[in-house]
Amino acid sequence: MSEKHKSNPENTSPISTSGKILLALFPLLALGAVLAYIVLTGAGLTELSGPPVEAISVERITLPRPGLIELKVVNDGPQPVSIAQVIVDEAYWAFSAEPSTTLPRLGQATIRVPYPWVREEAHVLTLITSLGATFEAEVPVAVESPQPSASLFLRFGLVGIYVGVVPVALGVLWFPLMKRLSQRWMNYILSLTIGLLIYLAVGTWLDAIEFAEELPAFWQGVPLVVFVALLSLGTLLALGSIRGRSGDVLSTAYLLALGIGLHNLGEGLAIGAAFALGEAALGTFLVLGFTLHNITEGVGISAPLVQKPPKVTHFIGLVALAGAPAILGTWLGGFAFNPVLATIFLSVGVGAILQVVWEVGKLVARSSESTGNALFNPVNLAGLATGIAIMYFTAFLVKF
Amino acid sequence: MEKNISRRNFIVGGAATLLAGLGVSRLSDVEGSGAPTGLIQHPEDEGHDGFGMVGAVDPERNGFDPLEILVDWDHGSVSQLPNGQTLREYQIVAVDKEIEVAPGITFPAWTYNGRVPGPTIRCTEGDRIRINFVNAGSHPHTIHFHGIHPFEMDGVPGAGAGEIGVGQTTVYEFDAEPFGCHLYHCHAVPLKRHIHKGLYGAFIVDPKEGRPPARELMMIMNGFDTNFDGGNEIYAVNTVGFEYARRPIPAKVGELIRLYLINITEFDPINSFHLHAEFFDYYDHGTTLKPTLKTVDTIMQAQAQRGILEFRYRWPGKYMFHAHVSEFAELGWMGNFNIVEQEDFEQALAESGLDQSWDERALNGSSLDR
Repeated sequence: MSEKHKSNPENTSPISTSGKILLALFPLLALGAVLAYIVLTGAGLTELSGPPVEAISVERITLPRPGLIELKVVNDGPQPVSIAQVIVDEAYWAFSAEPSTTLPRLGQATIRVPYPWVREEAHVLTLITSLGATFEAEVPVAVESPQPSASLFLRFGLVGIYVGVVPVALGVLWFPLMKRLSQRWMNYILSLTIGLLIYLAVGTWLDAIEFAEELPAFWQGVPLVVFVALLSLGTLLALGSIRGRSGDVLSTAYLLALGIGLHNLGEGLAIGAAFALGEAALGTFLVLGFTLHNITEGVGISAPLVQKPPKVTHFIGLVALAGAPAILGTWLGGFAFNPVLATIFLSVGVGAILQVVWEVGKLVARSSESTGNALFNPVNLAGLATGIAIMYFTAFLVKF
Repeated sequence: MEKNISRRNFIVGGAATLLAGLGVSRLSDVEGSGAPTGLIQHPEDEGHDGFGMVGAVDPERNGFDPLEILVDWDHGSVSQLPNGQTLREYQIVAVDKEIEVAPGITFPAWTYNGRVPGPTIRCTEGDRIRINFVNAGSHPHTIHFHGIHPFEMDGVPGAGAGEIGVGQTTVYEFDAEPFGCHLYHCHAVPLKRHIHKGLYGAFIVDPKEGRPPARELMMIMNGFDTNFDGGNEIYAVNTVGFEYARRPIPAKVGELIRLYLINITEFDPINSFHLHAEFFDYYDHGTTLKPTLKTVDTIMQAQAQRGILEFRYRWPGKYMFHAHVSEFAELGWMGNFNIVEQEDFEQALAESGLDQSWDERALNGSSLDR
């Protein structure tokens, strides 16, 4: 197009820069006028205005100490909402609201209810608005919310290490064996890695959707997941193409570790948040389950490196990148859970994992080609199925 | 959000063995929450004052005051019929009105004369009652009296004038019988909605021989379904939740207290009344001069059931009364009598924002001399 314009200079209007700015601004000024007209006069639409619609979304409930329940709420309806009273377990209860009981659209408030909640039992809170609409929030199992303290920080960190870092590191220990495998078996292992990644992509996607569906309406949770996942997939693919067509296996491994890391961040978030809500009884069994479930991730990270083994320090970096986010996730989930950030992290994770499926897939394709096999040969397919099966069945240990 | 997490219950139910050896032992036993299981934990700073509602309802804005409704007997405009019978005429207008049923919570009510409950119609057995009814509301309405009357005066669809359309009027006329504690309510369809929206009131017929002098009070147990989900968010007597807890009802030690109690609560099959620290005699429907139940402290009423309670307090104190359905009590149906010695009575009146005229009306409710 621009070429064409250059060849026909007489088509370009002789207009100054300030003229162009005016032309750009004119529709905006007209928009302002229309908006002002609608706001000031109602634009003949007043008859269309329906009854008031109120909406409140409860973002987080905490029990900071015995005798106190705290709610963070956001008004995700179209107009201001006043919270007139609070009912706890079908009894009206005193409460205070910061900054105000009246929330403008998208406004937030912290509601404090001095209620003698009962340890390990369930409670239901009902917010009742000035128009009598009710919004419920549930405390499924009442336990005091974790307050940040050095020792709890440490213990949460340990959980993250057992769930994330340890299994990934153990999986990497298979690397010396993998180096000695035939090309055929290596393809099997790489296909297994793809199976693992597909399983993780699905799981991370479902987790992201779960968080997204609970977000206040204006966040448009599910589309947010789709767009963030696509955007991160696209960005990583673009970065990959900059690296060159051949693709360097080390950076593939790092991207793989990043994707798995984001997945483990999600796992950590869920664990920490479950603790904060008193839903978690973290038994030995469960941690063992996570360790078994996540050990395949270590295999996956190191598999692409067989062709060109890097320095040992890289392995440490890869393990940290894939496993350590579980620690961060546990902390965030336990102390400062934010459903919006959780949704975004998990969506990025989906994109990242899909990108590595693509990268590792290319590796398998090239390698199969070099041995004169088709990409979808029985060995590769068996590897893929094994990868999915391992993840699926070890998940029995951690899903209840 | 919490729902989201509760669905992530893959962490729930892990084996009881905690990760003692791994350093994550007692993870769920977070600092400071070591209280024994099952004990109610009281807040350190708020004490027990957390119970109840925040704020107060402004009677001025509502146009009616639950304390006044206790004693505002409406004897109508009285005249004599040629045959010597007393005629009592009433004007009742059905009108839509937004009322405040709990501090800060408004309810789009349908009312008789702009108040919930409607006017307390009080007369003597055998009086001729004439109700000039105007429907200024937005739906067809009726007035159905619990009493003895001809079919045409029953105030239901298909009887006499039937449903009275918007802007229409009718006259309900009948003799007041039997004596007792009765009620009236709208009987247009759908019945449930017409009742719970607020169209009801007390209809008290005094016996010809009268009842012993007493401090008389009228209470209608009602509820409000503010979110229209078929269940009440607010329970009360005379509409405003917890109003008599905030402003106790004054009475004197030793005096006879007579309570006309009516249950119109919609959705729940039963409501009840429990008096603290004293027992009462109960006259079911108020249609007898002898108690139907003696020496009880709790009675229950189905919807539209009603009766008269009589009791005296021996000692001063702020005695509680409430539904002994705990849920109703904690959702607003709870109040107090402020029983005081003679010399403290004026102060008790003032504390609840009442004056001498309130006391006079409480002590002279009977329609016998009017």
